[in-house]
Amino acid sequence: MNKTIVTIHDLKRDFQMGGETVHALNGISFKVQAGEFITIMGSSGSGKTTLLNVMGCLDQPTSGEYLLDGTDVSSLSRDELAHLRNRKLGFVFQSYNLLPRTSAVENVELPLLYNRDISNKERRERAIHALKEVKLADRMDHTPNQLSGGQQQRVAIARALINEPVMILADEATGNLDSRTSYEIMVLMQELNVKKGKTIVFVTHEPDIASFSSRTISLRDGRIQSDTVNDHPRSAKQVLAAMPVTSNEIKNEPV
Amino acid sequence: MNLFSLLRIAYKALERNKLRAFLTMLGIIIGVAAVIVMVAIGQGSKQSIHDQLANMGSNMITVLPASNIAGGVRIAGSSFQTLTAKDITALQRDARFISEFSPVVTTRGQSINGALNWPTSMVGVAPEYLDIRKLTIKSGRSFTLRDELSSAKVCLIGQTVIDNLFPNGDNPVGRVIRFNRIPFQIIGVLTTKGFNAFGQDQDDILIAPISTVQNRIMATIYYQYIYASAANEQTTDSATAELTKILRGSHRLKPADENDFTVRTQQELINTLGATTSLLTILLTVIAGISLVIGGIGIMNIMYVSVTERTREIGLRLSIGARGKDILLQFLTEAILISITGGIIGVLLGLLVAKTVTLTLHWPTVVSESSVLLSFMVCALTGIFFGYYPAQKASGLNPIDALHYE
Ligand SMILES: Nc1ncnc2c1ncn2[C@@H]1O[C@H](COP(=O)(O)OP(=O)(O)O)[C@@H](O)[C@H]1O
Ligand SMILES: [Mg+2]
Repeated sequence: MNKTIVTIHDLKRDFQMGGETVHALNGISFKVQAGEFITIMGSSGSGKTTLLNVMGCLDQPTSGEYLLDGTDVSSLSRDELAHLRNRKLGFVFQSYNLLPRTSAVENVELPLLYNRDISNKERRERAIHALKEVKLADRMDHTPNQLSGGQQQRVAIARALINEPVMILADEATGNLDSRTSYEIMVLMQELNVKKGKTIVFVTHEPDIASFSSRTISLRDGRIQSDTVNDHPRSAKQVLAAMPVTSNEIKNEPV
Repeated sequence: MNLFSLLRIAYKALERNKLRAFLTMLGIIIGVAAVIVMVAIGQGSKQSIHDQLANMGSNMITVLPASNIAGGVRIAGSSFQTLTAKDITALQRDARFISEFSPVVTTRGQSINGALNWPTSMVGVAPEYLDIRKLTIKSGRSFTLRDELSSAKVCLIGQTVIDNLFPNGDNPVGRVIRFNRIPFQIIGVLTTKGFNAFGQDQDDILIAPISTVQNRIMATIYYQYIYASAANEQTTDSATAELTKILRGSHRLKPADENDFTVRTQQELINTLGATTSLLTILLTVIAGISLVIGGIGIMNIMYVSVTERTREIGLRLSIGARGKDILLQFLTEAILISITGGIIGVLLGLLVAKTVTLTLHWPTVVSESSVLLSFMVCALTGIFFGYYPAQKASGLNPIDALHYE
């Protein structure tokens, strides 16, 4: 599998703050091959979120080139960008961003509501399937406030999967979770990456989390500081198994 | 996104804030109900005035003894003395389109039966008067030409006078009462007619032969009115023209002279009153319309709150591929759902209130389909108009900013 899904060349993103210009991204170049599991590292303010927003077509670069799955993003209109996000991308946020008082299955369905090619019946089937993939088949009708943080994030991952995106983008997806739950999320991510061949770009500032990925790009002041391939990523499943189990956690987090 | 999904999302959003949705609707509900009730009352009174005038005889023609305007000054008709027996003779001789006619004089006075007395009006007329005014005799008989020729002291009595002079329920026919000290024998009882459109009690009346009233009570040779009746509604115009011609002839007016009498048809009266009540209906509707606008502003207000509250939701929807248009439609649907639901409740409430008004206050109401349809359409438009700006605001949000909105 050696298909290039992302080509980024000399990407810049400037913000005007009062009279000053902040160079959040200052000449970034890299490529992403299909099936890669990339973590983007860097201290706070290094430009990770800005990069992910541009990659997710939520933001347009000030200059530079961005090709997503063969499409030159910089020339697209607002609606075309929305279409691209809907068909090719899946987002996972730090704060889950599930709709309150809305069942898990309906939350997962959401992206397909904006896809006219999918019938109501197929939408529901695919939502159920996606929830099974994140092992929440038994929590389908639960609303976010009836789910733990880890479960909510898994619902969000199912939502990111449902449109079969070419790339999943996660911004500090484990940032609100304790370490055990974080590992469970990473187990899921590795599974999606290895078994389903999903391309994942995962922003984190924890080196621990980065060790589960196949490649790590480190940012500093809007530039790439290092871009290293990890030939032997750790297995999140093994790390999780080695952790001491408390009865409380078993109750909260059935996997 | 299909219509069903749009409606479901809008419904769920409203369901989450039931009380707030209801309070927002309240403005619309009151507005629509007000429009419907106001129009129903307006239409109802218009209809009832029309019905009552028609009931008085829609092909009735009235002649007053003066020209409408005398030297630019309006003067009370009865102060002119131009209608006399000569006119009646001329009519008897020449009328073709006029089927019936009767001279009329009225006078007020005290009617007395033993110790009981009651102030009422006595109308002096020819027997044809009953036909023209669509009056009928319930019991007893009407008076005849012979009664008229002999100025007989006989009269017909209305129910209100009976109620006051014969409270025990005695049969008044054959009994003698006094009107302005003159004894009258009651020969017939009039069928009850109720109140007319001007609130006058049509049963508070005594009817006697014209000559009796003219000679024995009023001592006059003049008539206050001549009532005539066209053969049917279609010939009213010909009858009016004919009447004018005959009266001008009998008054010996030269072609250049103005009429010294006025001819009025019932149709004119219906039209005038109709115009007045139409104006009233318009006024009431404008007031009701203003309350609809206030309801619309309520919707706009709450939609702005809703958009602000759900900024993160909007950000999420945008980030997973909703277009601005989808967000616009979502919030617009919500606004329209509020206004239309409010509209439906308002229509039902309006119907209920109109019914209640009729049942309790005895005001006639006519709920017109057009008022229901119109207020309903105004409602939907209100939703679209006042929901558009908040929805537009939501759809223009930047997804990143919206996602991180606190
Ligand atoms: N909308 C914005 N307006 C102005 N400055 C911004 C904006 N977004 C990010 N920045 C600036 O760009 C830099 C990179 O931010 P960000 O990508 O959020 O960093 P990270 O996610 O790595 O913490 C920071 O200095 C931040 O202040
Ligand atoms: Mg960040």
